[in-house]
Amino acid sequence: MSNHILTIAEGRAEGLRKVSFELVNVAQQLAAALGGDVQGAVLGTNVGAWADTLAKTGMSQVYVVDDAGLANFAPESYTSALAAIITQANPSIVLFGATGWGKEVSARVAARLDWGLVTDCTVAQVVNGALVLTRPIYAGKAIAQVKAKGFPVMVSMRPNLVPPVEADKPAAPIQAVTVTLKEPRAKVIETVVKQKSKVDLGEASIVISGGRGVKGPEGFAPLEELADTLNAAVGASRAAVDAGWIDYTHQVGQTGKTVSPKMYIAAGISGAIQHLAGMSSSKLIVAINKDPDAPIFKIADYGIVGDLFDVIPALNAEIKKIQPG
Amino acid sequence: MPLNIVVLLKRVPDTESKITIRDNAVVTEGLNFVLDPYGEYGLEKALQLVEQHGGQVTAVLCGPAEAKETIRKALAVGADQAVHIIDPALEGGDAAATSRVLAAALKKIAAEAPGGFDMVWTGKQAVDEDNAQVPVRVAELLDLPHVNSIIEFELGAEGKTARCVREVDGERDIMTTTLPAILTAQQGLGELRYPSLKGIMGAKKKPIADWNASALGLDTATVGKVGAKVEITNLEPPPARPPGKIIPGDAQTAAHELARLLHEEAKVI
Ligand SMILES: Cc1cc2nc3c(=O)[nH]c(=O)nc-3n(C[C@H](O)[C@H](O)[C@H](O)COP(=O)(O)OP(=O)(O)OC[C@H]3O[C@@H](n4cnc5c(N)ncnc54)[C@H](O)[C@@H]3O)c2cc1C
Ligand SMILES: Nc1ncnc2c1ncn2[C@@H]1O[C@H](COP(=O)(O)O)[C@@H](O)[C@H]1O
Repeated sequence: MSNHILTIAEGRAEGLRKVSFELVNVAQQLAAALGGDVQGAVLGTNVGAWADTLAKTGMSQVYVVDDAGLANFAPESYTSALAAIITQANPSIVLFGATGWGKEVSARVAARLDWGLVTDCTVAQVVNGALVLTRPIYAGKAIAQVKAKGFPVMVSMRPNLVPPVEADKPAAPIQAVTVTLKEPRAKVIETVVKQKSKVDLGEASIVISGGRGVKGPEGFAPLEELADTLNAAVGASRAAVDAGWIDYTHQVGQTGKTVSPKMYIAAGISGAIQHLAGMSSSKLIVAINKDPDAPIFKIADYGIVGDLFDVIPALNAEIKKIQPG
Repeated sequence: MPLNIVVLLKRVPDTESKITIRDNAVVTEGLNFVLDPYGEYGLEKALQLVEQHGGQVTAVLCGPAEAKETIRKALAVGADQAVHIIDPALEGGDAAATSRVLAAALKKIAAEAPGGFDMVWTGKQAVDEDNAQVPVRVAELLDLPHVNSIIEFELGAEGKTARCVREVDGERDIMTTTLPAILTAQQGLGELRYPSLKGIMGAKKKPIADWNASALGLDTATVGKVGAKVEITNLEPPPARPPGKIIPGDAQTAAHELARLLHEEAKVI
């Protein structure tokens, strides 16, 4: 079997998502260990520019399905397009981002091709010739090593854990793959809530989240000011989202986004397990909470027991002193 | 238009429980096992739909003998009947193997009911291994459409289509699908009702069919531990974080010290 490692890029209106470039990094390490090459794929409607960018990340081949039938998300259409690409590329490993999209389409195409799939991994490595994945399970209360019994196999990787590669290398050839898409039975007809924050939560290197402790929609203002200073994204607990203080797009946790920033600041968040599930792979955790017994302090690297309405503005002022401008 | 609805439910440790690991496995003694929370949301929706339109709800669970108790909970809240897929040969499977088993069970259920089933509710992920892939795989194996992570569901006229609102990646989409379909439930769809005393008593009389691999016509080489394509080779508690520093002082003092630590010690700013 060929040792191609195929990365599936993911994009949205503004262009390819950062995770697409992180996957290339992971693929390069696996290719080095297995003695193979890295290939990439993009799929969607009018995605020529995405393919051009991906082709410059240091891969040997890019496959594209550019089809009007992929304009709106439909699981069956995307599965057919992916199956066509994978069949043509004949890789030993396919890497997806462990985003909602990546997890959904990878499961469907894995079933169609009858491959194994390991979702939501934090590390992918080759041990004695086998692919071994690390993934948090039980909401992060256990870490599993999962071994693929053989190849081919699919994997989805959690975003933000390795640096993205640059698209500054000589362009790889781009090959169009054609596929006849049937009318899908299930399809998106409208996206009603869109991502709109300045900094994408899943990709941000610093996330500042507020919970029930912010007490109301206006309570997020000091967090937003600190986020501006740090070029950070604002996150939230389910309690704050359910109360209607902030949009669902900001929710971190089992039913929201999984984030792995360089620093996660939790303000007025108790640290329920479903919240931790979405942020415990953060590199540094800071907790600000009135209650010294709040569970969040158990996983925090730095903690301040105090009122967030005093601490956050003071912290903002202190950071501005260190980072003028 | 009575509905025939199937709900796939897994038996999982309560999300709040402490996980202890011994010899690469979770210690199950003393663990509190429950219905998987996201599956419960799907079960509630199934019960509501049958209340409105008539029909029946069949709960399906693949798991060990101890799972009988868990299945009774589904019957106690109102499921009409249950299928317990129970066979040591099916244990230790990965998502690929488990979906093969559940797809076979759904085929059998469809074949035994005159019009097949109208829809299958599942959880968006089981909170033990957090795979989030079994329902989507089952949909593909049965050549059915699926809609993931649903928070609102409306049955179309004639019961042949549905309109769903789903939450994925911080976005909210409206999706339409034809039925039958595989539907995965997200928090927000609605909390599962509590069982009444009458429900609990009645559950004892409701039928639970036990099916094994051969009843499902499964080749045991393709399911369970042997049929799995991936396997857990090591399980550990998460690496201990170095004990955190609680920064003393009033807000001003603590904020000053925190900024210094973030800059000089952690070097994140
Ligand atoms: C199936 C399921 C899925 C779930 N998914 C998620 C999820 O994805 N994300 C999520 O977050 N939750 C999720 N939850 C909910 C979760 O269990 C908790 O209920 C929720 O995380 C609590 O949010 P919180 O910490 O903001 O609120 P609380 O637990 O009420 O904590 C508020 C904290 O703020 C502190 N506080 C109050 N005032 C101040 C102040 N002025 N200054 C400083 N501190 C203050 C308090 O001491 C307290 O610790 C889920 C639950 C279930 C059952
Ligand atoms: N052993 C099982 N028995 C019944 N349903 C299951 C089983 N495993 C998974 N499911 C269903 O699939 C959903 C997602 O599971 P998973 O893909 O394992 O995260 C669960 O919420 C259940 O609805």
